[in-house]
Amino acid sequence: MSLAVNETIETRTHYVQTIWALVVRDIRVLLSRWVMFLVRVISQPILIVFVLAYVFPKIGQGIGGSAAAEAKFSTLLVAGVVGISIITQGIQAVALPLVQEFSYTREIEDRVLAPVPIWGVATAKIISGALQALIAALVVFIVSIFIPATTVHLSVDWPLVLTIIPLAAVLSGALGLAIGTIVPPTQVAFIFAIILLPMTFLGAVYYPWTSLSTIPWLKWAVLINPLIYINEGLRAALTTGIPHMNLIGVYAGLVGFFVFLLFVGIRGFKHRVIS
Amino acid sequence: MVAPDPGTQNPAIEVRDLVKTYSGSITAVRGVSFSIPRGSIYGLLGPNGAGKTTTFGMITTRVIPTSGRVLINGIDVVAKPAAAKSSLGVVPQSNTLDRSLSVRENLIFHGRYFGMSSKESRAKADELLIQFRLAERSQAPVGALSGGMAQRLMVARAVMHGPTILVLDEPTTGLDPQSRLALWEILRELNGSGQTILLSTHYMDEADELCEKIAIMDHGQILAFDTPEALKTTYAKQAQISLDLQGAEPGLSDTLATALPNTTVSVTGSQLSIATDDPTDLLGMLVKELSALGVTYRNLSVNQGSLESVFLSLTGRDLRE
Repeated sequence: MSLAVNETIETRTHYVQTIWALVVRDIRVLLSRWVMFLVRVISQPILIVFVLAYVFPKIGQGIGGSAAAEAKFSTLLVAGVVGISIITQGIQAVALPLVQEFSYTREIEDRVLAPVPIWGVATAKIISGALQALIAALVVFIVSIFIPATTVHLSVDWPLVLTIIPLAAVLSGALGLAIGTIVPPTQVAFIFAIILLPMTFLGAVYYPWTSLSTIPWLKWAVLINPLIYINEGLRAALTTGIPHMNLIGVYAGLVGFFVFLLFVGIRGFKHRVIS
Repeated sequence: MVAPDPGTQNPAIEVRDLVKTYSGSITAVRGVSFSIPRGSIYGLLGPNGAGKTTTFGMITTRVIPTSGRVLINGIDVVAKPAAAKSSLGVVPQSNTLDRSLSVRENLIFHGRYFGMSSKESRAKADELLIQFRLAERSQAPVGALSGGMAQRLMVARAVMHGPTILVLDEPTTGLDPQSRLALWEILRELNGSGQTILLSTHYMDEADELCEKIAIMDHGQILAFDTPEALKTTYAKQAQISLDLQGAEPGLSDTLATALPNTTVSVTGSQLSIATDDPTDLLGMLVKELSALGVTYRNLSVNQGSLESVFLSLTGRDLRE
């Protein structure tokens, strides 16, 4: 009996060691390409914030019409671009490399032969995607505060920040895993057209989700977009005075989508590497 | 008396009645069984599509058998894939080196995946880089390696964690002759130091040169399993004369069978095969007969006592077809 228990504990320790080594490999690759990583992380958020919150007010086309409304817009945009940067990492750091490794290069095979069950290899991908999403969130957060022409009013609620951001990061990793295992290499362009673009345009980046009450069908339809919960959660965590989704809804959405995408991703991963 | 370690009593690998039917009802492997004792080097020989890669897939946990079992070191690969993988070193058919890492890092990270400490992993990597003559290229990206070097690195990576058995799927396909010989040398050295090896190949000379025992595989089945010498004695008593016909000649095999005494004549596609106990006199008669019939041909060859003729006599066709 005790032998069996010891064996189980030993096996688990081995799994943790191997999964960690797989994550360290991804971090090593990230560090060797850190400039490219930073460019990839900040280019889209910088452009959004620069055009909407700097250029627009400067040329008298500020969103909202008044100085106060412009400041409010810059503030709500902070959560939106941090959210975009988190969700984009899942695709850039997990999905795109996986699509390539499953098809042309077959590089994944050596890692699949590592002494862990297949879910362990898939989990390592989610963890490294989540770590990259966390770094991206931090970088973009700093950038989005300093660029706007108007002052950004932030008020950080730490318990929310420390739960919502990590949840958003693992959700992003799981989304990347699910997409990476579903999309065939010949259809990578569809990731952008069908997933990333609608997700970011309809992901409550430029407006709070609650303001969609005037278009009820859209308000409910966009709930299939996981970015909604990330952005609404970030708005609750980083700002005051901007309406946001009920926190129970935010957590339920984040946890629900994470569990769902984890299931789809691991199942898809197994399907791709085992026949 | 000290009880023997149960782990070392098991064969390195045991394959029992292995069957794989893919969805769409293509049966790639139809009941394959063999076992490999520790320290030996065995080969699976067969043409493309014989079921070698599927068999390897099942051994290396990547393909789930429809029925049958594979035991690595006594561990069932389906029930405990993670444990089985830690005893396996695998060199797949295509280059699966990690292109984002350097040559040395490929080895170090592989060691880390298998639970080696960072220090242990670095020391073993440096040792292997010297042994596999890759030390000068240790910092190079793997994309910069030649085919032969990349293949040596794949073998080094596979033995990095000290596996019970090293499995290589057609390791020399696509290599130039020199790199091929270098890889043979490495495999011999590894086997000499006690490494159990299972390799697949469609090169007769490779199987003959390296393997203690050979399983000849075709259409998902093992047709014969023995030492190269025993296979030749059993199946290659007769010489095989083969040639490529230029254009079909209906009734040719019957005509030749009548004209040439004590022979078995068969035509498969454009290939004519003649089995005989004594090829010396027969060759002259054959050439005369063919020119009398006005038959044109190419690539006339005689195989005697080789694995080529073993394969031909077992399957009725050439391995290169």
